Amino acid sequence: MSGGVDSAVAAARALDAGHDVVGVHLALAKTASSGGRARGCCTVEDARDARRAADVLGIPFYVWDLSERFATAVVDDFVAEYAAGRTPNPCVRCNQEIKFAALADRALALGFDAVATGHYARRVDGPDGPQLHRAADAAKDQSYVLAVLEPRRLATALFPLGDAARKDDVRAEAAARGLGVADKADSTDICFVPDGDTRAWLGARIPARPGAVLDAGGRVVGTHDGAAGHTVGQRRGLRLGVPAADGRPRYVLDVSVIDNTVTVGSAEDLAADRVEAERATWCGPAPEPGARLGAQLRAHGAELPCVVERVDAGALVVALAEPARGVAPGQLLALYDGTRVVGSATVRAASRVVVGA
Amino acid sequence: MPQAHGPPAPRLSGVSAYLDHAATTPVQPEVVAVMAEELSRIGNPSSLHTAGRAARRVVEESREQVAAALGARPGEVVLTGGGTEADNLAVKGLYWARAAADPRRRRVLVSAVEHHGVLDPAEWLAAEQGAEVVHLPVDRTGRLDVAAMREAIAADPASVALVSVMWANNEVGTAQPIEQVVSIAAEHGVPVHTDAVQAVGALPVDFDASGVAALSLTGHKFGGPIGAGALLVRRGTPLVPVLHGGGQEGGVRSGSVSAAGARALGVAAELAVAAQPAHAARLAELRERLRAAVLDAVPDAVVHGSPDPAQRLPGLLHVTVPGCEGDSLLYLLDARGVECSTGSACTAGVPQPSHVLRAMGLDDDTARGALRFSLGRTSTAADVEAVAAAIGPVVERARTAGLALLA
Repeated sequence: MSGGVDSAVAAARALDAGHDVVGVHLALAKTASSGGRARGCCTVEDARDARRAADVLGIPFYVWDLSERFATAVVDDFVAEYAAGRTPNPCVRCNQEIKFAALADRALALGFDAVATGHYARRVDGPDGPQLHRAADAAKDQSYVLAVLEPRRLATALFPLGDAARKDDVRAEAAARGLGVADKADSTDICFVPDGDTRAWLGARIPARPGAVLDAGGRVVGTHDGAAGHTVGQRRGLRLGVPAADGRPRYVLDVSVIDNTVTVGSAEDLAADRVEAERATWCGPAPEPGARLGAQLRAHGAELPCVVERVDAGALVVALAEPARGVAPGQLLALYDGTRVVGSATVRAASRVVVGA
Repeated sequence: MPQAHGPPAPRLSGVSAYLDHAATTPVQPEVVAVMAEELSRIGNPSSLHTAGRAARRVVEESREQVAAALGARPGEVVLTGGGTEADNLAVKGLYWARAAADPRRRRVLVSAVEHHGVLDPAEWLAAEQGAEVVHLPVDRTGRLDVAAMREAIAADPASVALVSVMWANNEVGTAQPIEQVVSIAAEHGVPVHTDAVQAVGALPVDFDASGVAALSLTGHKFGGPIGAGALLVRRGTPLVPVLHGGGQEGGVRSGSVSAAGARALGVAAELAVAAQPAHAARLAELRERLRAAVLDAVPDAVVHGSPDPAQRLPGLLHVTVPGCEGDSLLYLLDARGVECSTGSACTAGVPQPSHVLRAMGLDDDTARGALRFSLGRTSTAADVEAVAAAIGPVVERARTAGLALLA
């Protein structure tokens, strides 16, 4: 229970379903901050809100300290990925390493049967095991950040909000149940970046290393303080001394930490329709080459039709029917068959095959 | 409609075994009765009319009762809101008064195993007021190294503002050599404060005979309510107030005095002190059975604190269980109706590494597996049996969970 409305209602629904429910709040920072109310987690207020929700539901409540594991598996990884020129998703990592791994392992060892969370996604038990599906509320669907879960992890996960038609219904339900968190703001930022300024936060952790910003033709058009920390598709925060010939906005096309260069270009240059990914996990059988599926490349991003080109030993290559802009190495590529999550892999490279679409 | 109040939690219903009397004790029925009676009456003890005078009389009679129970004069009893307030008043008040009289007095000597109620005001004085905190070491049982204290004072006696050493430790139960502390400090004219929050009602406590300058106590550790405590301050000890205002309690602690709280504290102190010898003997016997039961079920558990029954709280058993997280043990025991503690302070529900166990030389891994059982007036053989039945399977399960965390 994060202290937010979703996990509180999820706990209530699990209780209604007849489960013996115990509330657990994760302490993920060594020293809990008491920052503003808008923050998503890890503050003293959030722990208190979670405790109050548990009180109202009449369930036991504990705080588990997983801060050491979180620091190495999520925070350090986040910094290391950016330092390597990639764009990680820490929420994916947290689900994979903390909520449905460290927390789940401990809970199962202590005698619990499942971990219920406030994620908007549906678990459907099919003939070949548990399946992960998009939530009923497409606008709130969070199956993307859960697409890394292997079947054995999914088997002990419960998502009581998966059938909620709309987030507003969940808020109304929280209010009707007397849960004071009903009107609490949604968390949006990265929970361990205190003021939401990810760039400054990374700057304090990755040594500055000034270098050149190049255009697609290799011409120097500006400088940067370090290639690491830039994201493919990024437009803001570029210090470009030389204006583009056509005067149109320019975006980061490529980040090379080895050469310490950032390459920029137009929105069209950013388009990619072939995505190579690695470290695939499948929620069920791996797809066959030729399979026509949907690809999602960021949380709340659009689902794009694609064809699987290659699947072997954890590597995955897909061809997108339409080019996508800003596909950054490090992002998660989640594959869907209808509403079902087929699996996911981490983007290694993206390229343009069909020029001038 | 939202419920204004949830279903009442099962509190001391007989279903659960409450073994956390070091956290708080059940209020004595007699105390509940006198407190309820007093709450139904009007009167601010500071008012000059009849109702005020009646309330004042209750406060003064209660003050006499507290004084009589603890070997103090009524004028030496400063009523406070509890132990932490008493500790703050003692540490800050003594420091400010002593430093004002002689600016060389900057050193605050505290045992390394003090409660945060003493440690944190001392650290605050160091951070904000130019004090220097000296942490006096303890041995493996948690008992003060008296020779180290003697050396620390002798190094520069004129610079010592005060010494604060608790009567008995809240985590491991070890009693401190207060008599020796006082005698060494007295050689240099240094005042001693003692936090006797855990000791009153459990060990014989005589303020006058002890020779300390100030002594903290709180009602809820011996059958009184939370929110009523006192600092005993030896006559003639200069003390600068922490709370300023209406000048109550001789100007040392402003704020309207609660007649109900005072009466509850007085009755609880009288009852607890009168019962202390028999109470301590009964708890010592129960604690021994608990110790045997825990070691029988968990042979590799390690018992901490003083091995000498004369030098520890009679009802406290502190153990560490190798390979376990204290909060896993706590959850599993709670789920089986056994309520106890890890013993150390927690922040937002997360047990913090115990400074007491560190000071005793335990490594952090060992300290993680700490459990504190504390028996009290309502404890019975059935409580011990509940622990005996639960602890074996609980430890086995917590060890599996501990391994899961390492995986």
